[in-house]
Amino acid sequence: MKRTAGKRTRSSKPRRRAAALKRDAGLRGLAPELLVDLYVTMRRIRRAEETIAALYPEQEIRCPTHLSLGQEAGAAGVCLALRTTDTAVSTHRCHAHYIAKGGDLRAMFAELYGRATGCCGGKGGSMHLTAPEVGMLGASAIVGGSVPLALGTALAARMAGTDEVAVAFFGDAGMEQGVTHESLALAALRRLPVLFVCENNLYATATPLRTRQAGSDMAPRAAGHWLPGVTVDGNDVVAVYRAARTAVERARRGQGPTLIEVKTYRFREHVGPNYDIDLGYRTQAELDRWMAREPVAALARRLERGGVLPSARREALDAQIEADVADAVAFAKSSPFPEPAALYADVE
Amino acid sequence: MRELKYREAIDEATRQAMAKDERVFVMGVGVSDPKGIFGTTRGAFEQFGGDRVFDTPLSEAALTGMGVGAAMRGFHPLLVHARNDFLLLTMDQIVNNAAKWRYMCGGKLKVPLTIRAIIGRGWGQAAQHSQSLQAMFAHVPGLAVIMPTTPADAKGLLMTALSSDCPVICLEHRWLYDKSGPVPEDPYYTPLGVGAVVRPGRDVTIVAMSHMVLEALQAAEILAGEGIEAEVIDPRSLRPLDSALICRSAARTGRLVIADTGWRSYGVSAEIAARAAEELWGVLKAPIRRVALPDLPTPGSSALESAYYPGPPAIVAAVKQCLEAPASAVTDPVAPSSRKEFEGPF
Repeated sequence: MKRTAGKRTRSSKPRRRAAALKRDAGLRGLAPELLVDLYVTMRRIRRAEETIAALYPEQEIRCPTHLSLGQEAGAAGVCLALRTTDTAVSTHRCHAHYIAKGGDLRAMFAELYGRATGCCGGKGGSMHLTAPEVGMLGASAIVGGSVPLALGTALAARMAGTDEVAVAFFGDAGMEQGVTHESLALAALRRLPVLFVCENNLYATATPLRTRQAGSDMAPRAAGHWLPGVTVDGNDVVAVYRAARTAVERARRGQGPTLIEVKTYRFREHVGPNYDIDLGYRTQAELDRWMAREPVAALARRLERGGVLPSARREALDAQIEADVADAVAFAKSSPFPEPAALYADVE
Repeated sequence: MRELKYREAIDEATRQAMAKDERVFVMGVGVSDPKGIFGTTRGAFEQFGGDRVFDTPLSEAALTGMGVGAAMRGFHPLLVHARNDFLLLTMDQIVNNAAKWRYMCGGKLKVPLTIRAIIGRGWGQAAQHSQSLQAMFAHVPGLAVIMPTTPADAKGLLMTALSSDCPVICLEHRWLYDKSGPVPEDPYYTPLGVGAVVRPGRDVTIVAMSHMVLEALQAAEILAGEGIEAEVIDPRSLRPLDSALICRSAARTGRLVIADTGWRSYGVSAEIAARAAEELWGVLKAPIRRVALPDLPTPGSSALESAYYPGPPAIVAAVKQCLEAPASAVTDPVAPSSRKEFEGPF
């Protein structure tokens, strides 16, 4: 069967793929392997987090865990427009950014389980995932707190004479912090190679955006600080990728920062594994509308239609992700806890 | 030995650190303007140019975060603030990021960052331009806090801070800026956590910091005139703190007075007193006495300022209490000598 498929590829598949891609203008000009990577990255985030949610009731993951389920496209679309040497800083909701930036899955699960083999040696937990080897420089659990760090890594890149860019991920509530506005203005002033990626998921904990801000859009905030602001459908990973790529190219050319507003939605509660419709701050109908537009299955359908990722290959990739996640969980659970002496290491 | 003013020693340390290590750079509000933070940063600007010494918007929080980010990537930023009151705008970046990032990521990243900030005093600068906030920073694990008193220590401690791989807060009293003292020309590094005995004595130990060291020395002179020999210790860095030096001295003299430039309650004087009490129970011959600012915001009027700052007579009185000696015959309040000398700029 495999041989037959191979034969077909050599004869008619490229033409059919071209025809399919022509019908889906959004995919035009993007390398098939990139599109597959976008899918794999989102799927990896999805399955890692669904696994966390499933395991959380065991109470072995003993740290506050903010899931990005539903928001996978922002992390994947932005991070796949980056090189490994580019840097990112994130928020309390940082699993997706860590995975998309290329952070090791075993080290992430081990960190959630508080083990010595965790990416922070068990000292950070869910909200501070760090993998400097792939440019993931960590996360602050103070809303807006990590945004200016990206200015510093961008400044360091410039002073070191590299063309690295820096990403600050934050949310719609991060836009309410003074330091974020200071950072937008300072990055624009110094034309720093920064992508400000505001994932607008409409809620800060259980407080809706409309009770916190006079408008619903984040991108226009950029104009007042003299940098470009763009809005992108945050559940369309290809659109996110294109916006990020444009901003990255601009930053590498020395033309300064861009604010990208990624409009998206989180499915689960603010922190924890559950759905929280019963709290009454949002409706089941709203959740259903967004779930109908969830980004992972949407891309899978699109890539299958486009002939980029046939179901057989997707299933093989999915199986590998399942194996990777299971391996990461097993690794975490079998890893040792930190020795008490570690308490006193890594400070002063 | 060659003498330099305190401000010149800071300038020299900055330039020597920048010459030795190209990763050191300076930023802050006013660092490259013609006044250059009372002359402490202008020399570096002229020597190294605007890429390594640059002025910034009045966005202290973003600026501090930018420093943390650059430090995480191997640079050593020197942030300069004309008043340590402005550090309050940057507490999230200092306390939650600079102090904790290395620990939170299990030591994968370090934050070599030095923050200089000036303590104002006098000339009616009132409540928001005169605070002495060392206790707030010394409370936080992950930060080092230094308070150099002499020009030599200003250079040596700043050189150490700029070669350290952890965040250091350097608090400088504005009244020290024009004081002169011997300063070696070559680079040298004064270790953090090592205090200095600035005047030996056998009857009482006075631990003082920053400008209070000078006031303690004035007090020691007055006491010497009455036959009381005070030992004056300058811890130089508050975190880490040279508890051993303080406790050794106090064990020998049996009496301890602490003179703090900050407020009395929950301050550095309380920490030093607690450590001494823990170590020296049964050894001290008298209760520990503290001289510190009253628990009040700084007033503006010079008449109220005089009542607010304790000065050498309060130190003398505290020593006398320890010794159960009669009150000093000095009737005129003895103002710190700096008050007459200091006329700005601010």
